[in-house]
Formats: sequence, C-alpha cells, structure tokens
Amino acid sequence: MLELGFFYMFAGLAVMAALGVVMSRNTVHSVMFLIFCFFNAAGLFFLLDAEFIGILLILIYVGAVMVLFMFVVMMLEVNFAGLREGFLRYLPIGGMIALVLFIEIVAAGSSGIFSPEGMPDPGHAAQHVNNTVEIGKVLYTRYLLGFEVAAIILLVALIGSVVLTLRVRKDAKYQNISRQVNVDPADRLRKVKM
Amino acid sequence: MVPLSSYLAVAACLFSIGVVGLFLNRKNVIVILMCIELILLAVNINFAAFSHFLQDIGGQVFIFFVLTVAASEVAVGLAILVAFYRNRRSINVEDINTLQG
Repeated sequence: MLELGFFYMFAGLAVMAALGVVMSRNTVHSVMFLIFCFFNAAGLFFLLDAEFIGILLILIYVGAVMVLFMFVVMMLEVNFAGLREGFLRYLPIGGMIALVLFIEIVAAGSSGIFSPEGMPDPGHAAQHVNNTVEIGKVLYTRYLLGFEVAAIILLVALIGSVVLTLRVRKDAKYQNISRQVNVDPADRLRKVKM
Repeated sequence: MVPLSSYLAVAACLFSIGVVGLFLNRKNVIVILMCIELILLAVNINFAAFSHFLQDIGGQVFIFFVLTVAASEVAVGLAILVAFYRNRRSINVEDINTLQG
C-alpha cells in the first residue's frame, strides 16, 4: 500500500514535470522541471530495486548534464520568446501523433504477456542483496566489451566537444613542436676561427 | 505490488510528452535536446521495469549504456550549439541551413 502510494507520487510528479519541460515559457524553467523529473524517475528506480541506477541518474544527470544545460542556456544571449513562434500551430498534429503513440504503447503494455497475470511481481530483493555488487559482477564479465565501448564513446565525446568549442586566437603565440624537435644544431651554430 | 503495466504506462506517458515537445518547440534546439533526454528517460524506466519483473540484472547494465550515450550526445550537441552561436548569434533551427550551400 505504501509502495503504491509512493509509485503514484513519483509517477504523477514525473509526468507533471515533463509537461512543465515542454510547456514552460522560460527555458531556465524547463531545465529546472527536467531536473525535478529526473529526481522523480530516480524514485521510480528505487522502487524497482535499481538503487545504483537511481543514484547514477541523480549524480550524472542532475549533477553534470543538467548543469551543462543550465550553463549553455545562461551563456547564450538568445531571445527565447522569439523561439516560441508557431508553438500552438503544431499542437494539433503533434498532440495527435503523441496521443496515438501513447494509446498504442499502453494498449501493448497492459495486455497479453505484460498483464499482471502474464508477468507477476516477483517481489523485492532480500535485504542482504547489494545492487551495486550485482551490477559489477555482470558489468565487468559478461558486458565487458560494451563497457569498454562506452568508455571509448565518452572519450570521443570529450575530445569532440573540446575541439568544437576551442577558440583559436589569431594573435596568440604558439610553439611548433615538430619544428622544435627537428631543429639541427648545424643550422644555428657556426664555428669561427679566431 | 505495483504491476508492470503501470510502469510501462508512466514510461509511455513520458515518451509521448517528449515526442509532442519535439513538435511544439521546433525552433529551440535546447528544448529539443531536453525532449530527447525525456524520451531516453522513458526508455530507461522500461529497462528498469523489465529488469525487475524478469529478475535479470542485464537491463540495469543497459540503462548504464543508455546513460553513457545520452551524456555524450548532450555534450557534443551543446558544443555544436555553442560553436554555431559564435558564428551566427542565433540558435534558431531555421537558421541552421549552412549545408544547403
């Protein structure tokens, strides 16, 4: 009963915060609503025995990604009100597509194999089960290749974003490393007989 | 206690809101990126729900991968946005047509 109450609280707040993200007039408010949505989604993950992922969502998304969003929103001097032109023009077609999508997914997700009879709740994990340990056991053995690929993707994204935003100043003086390394003493030093 | 279909319904709701957000805010790149985050969050909730109901920890590992890709996508997307803003002083999607030549 308590779990059901928490589920409805987290789910309702997450959906309302998501609506706030889409409808909000101010982009800073959108970012704030998305942060709130991620907190509630983390609550849903806790209810699903995925404690590690829930903490990861708060640490990575709220702590890093949304701060990046907030940084960019505040750094760019953009007239965000002008970007909302045509907001209501696309509401009918967008709303219709989303409604059809929603009805289809819910119809598929609430019948047949996914119904409570088809897939009953297995109950929560025992108190001594450590979610982080369980994930580590499979992450570093069975999914090791994926783990390494994820690391490479992060490295590529890191280097890519640095290269994209690096501003090369015309008047700055740089060292030319290859010319420095290839320097020949004979070109610079001349021995003269006194 | 909470049936699987409830979690799937929440995820479907977040997914649809993300899709409708893509249609409504089609000029503002930042909100478009946030809507993509919402869609990926809905997928993550589905992964976590199936991981719990099938008692298979692999779903949570895949949430980890989705989070990785989403974080790198946002980093690169915002970097492109900042570089574009420096050249054009605008982030309107309709101004992003340089590749048309």
